[in-house]
Amino acid sequence: MLTIDRYLRPETLEEAYEAAQKKNSVILGGMMWLRLGNRRIGTAIDLSALGLDKVEETDDAYRIGAYATLRELETHTGLNELTDFALRGALSPIVGVQFRNLATVGGSVFGRYGFSDIITLFLALNASVELYKGGVMPLSEFCRAGMLKSKERDILTCIHIPKENTVVSYKAQRNQKTDFPVLNVCAALNGGRLSVAVGARPLRASVCLFDIAQDNESETIAERTAGSLIFASNKRASEEYRQHLCRVIVRRAVDEVFAKSADGGIRSGKPNPEVI
Amino acid sequence: MEITLTLNNKKITADVPPDTILLDFLRERGCPSVKCGCETSSCGLCTVLLDEKPVLSCSVLAVRTDGRSVTTLEGLQDEAAEFVGFIADQGAEQCGFCNPGYVMNTIALLRENPDPSDDEVRAYLAGNLCRCSGYEGQTRGIRAFLDARRAGKL
Ligand SMILES: Cc1cc2nc3c(=O)[nH]c(=O)nc-3n(C[C@H](O)[C@H](O)[C@H](O)COP(=O)(O)OP(=O)(O)OC[C@H]3O[C@@H](n4cnc5c(N)ncnc54)[C@H](O)[C@@H]3O)c2cc1C
Ligand code: FES
Ligand code: FES
Repeated sequence: MLTIDRYLRPETLEEAYEAAQKKNSVILGGMMWLRLGNRRIGTAIDLSALGLDKVEETDDAYRIGAYATLRELETHTGLNELTDFALRGALSPIVGVQFRNLATVGGSVFGRYGFSDIITLFLALNASVELYKGGVMPLSEFCRAGMLKSKERDILTCIHIPKENTVVSYKAQRNQKTDFPVLNVCAALNGGRLSVAVGARPLRASVCLFDIAQDNESETIAERTAGSLIFASNKRASEEYRQHLCRVIVRRAVDEVFAKSADGGIRSGKPNPEVI
Repeated sequence: MEITLTLNNKKITADVPPDTILLDFLRERGCPSVKCGCETSSCGLCTVLLDEKPVLSCSVLAVRTDGRSVTTLEGLQDEAAEFVGFIADQGAEQCGFCNPGYVMNTIALLRENPDPSDDEVRAYLAGNLCRCSGYEGQTRGIRAFLDARRAGKL
């Protein structure tokens, strides 16, 4: 159960940031994850008055405010067209509409949960995060960073998704509908670059990069991806099962992006994944 | 903390501790249709409309409804009555515990998408768990309602 002593709805980011520096302060996203905890919160900081709920389109990117809900992204036409509707595919299995009307993209990304569907998708799309004090950094770097004390107190203000000409395939495996994923995969092909992100291993998602001038066979790409990542067991699945699933799902996702892309990515060469 | 909200079309003001959960707040204010099934944001039983959107009242702080509108099944009896009979006709439910959340989310679905396909119904209602049925009866009931409405029989 959560106990909250004070509730604050700041009107500026600076006010929110200052409040967040105090011991026992907690920033509230949709609160879906937070409320499962058992803790005493000194000040609960509600970001709803900061205008962080907007999705803005610029010439070269989408800027998704951290307070936008998962449902807003799932139903956003521009973002879905950009991602071949992979965004909707990744988000719609998460619990239910009522849940996704509350859960925020900021809470989802800041939490860096290993099972996260949206982080896997955003990693493959080469997304960046913007922190109020920490500035802009690639999502891959943000995910690699540990839970640094200084970063923990910063505020995630938005996510940038570059408007690149990307062909995308997102796939997740669940034991049961609406449950956490056992594994999730996103393959994104942009020109000659293929990004394959794999999450819910159940470790945090990582992305493998391939140059399709050299690497074009889905079977080999899947094998190399599964061979270069670490998997682990939890009550949903064993390490071995996840590694096996990885081979199968990556192959299917890569086949799909190759089939969708104009040139099919058919050349010869050996895969050489760079894992980030 | 003092909050003012519109509950089932009536403006109310209340003094609530910051950690009061909306579900408890609503039950204390005469809305027993709002029930707690899981408290882990998983079952959909506690569904209410917040500014017209379906949300889980077990996962919302009451203070976050300040200046907003909250609607429970108590405020939507006529709209619910249009289709719940069709669900009952299918013998869709056993214990009926899941019903208020299911009905609230169906109302939200039909407002957003007045003529959904069966797949759209299933997708929208996926977050409403029923421990007794296999959901088929409820889906048939909604289909029968939609067909009757389309045929001008209502
Ligand atoms: C029952 C259940 C099932 C779920 N299933 C899935 C699933 O299948 N797939 C999936 O991908 N996800 C799943 N999730 C995770 C969910 O989608 C959200 O990612 C999660 O609830 C966090 O989002 P939130 O807005 O609720 O954040 P909160 O719970 O409010 O916050 C999470 C953390 O982020 C911090 N925070 C929030 N916003 C900011 C910000 N702007 N800046 C800095 N810090 C911030 C909070 O202080 C907290 O530490 C599930 C969660 C639950 C509870
Ligand atoms: S009681 Fe709210 S989702 Fe189950
Ligand atoms: S009828 Fe019993 S839970 Fe649905």
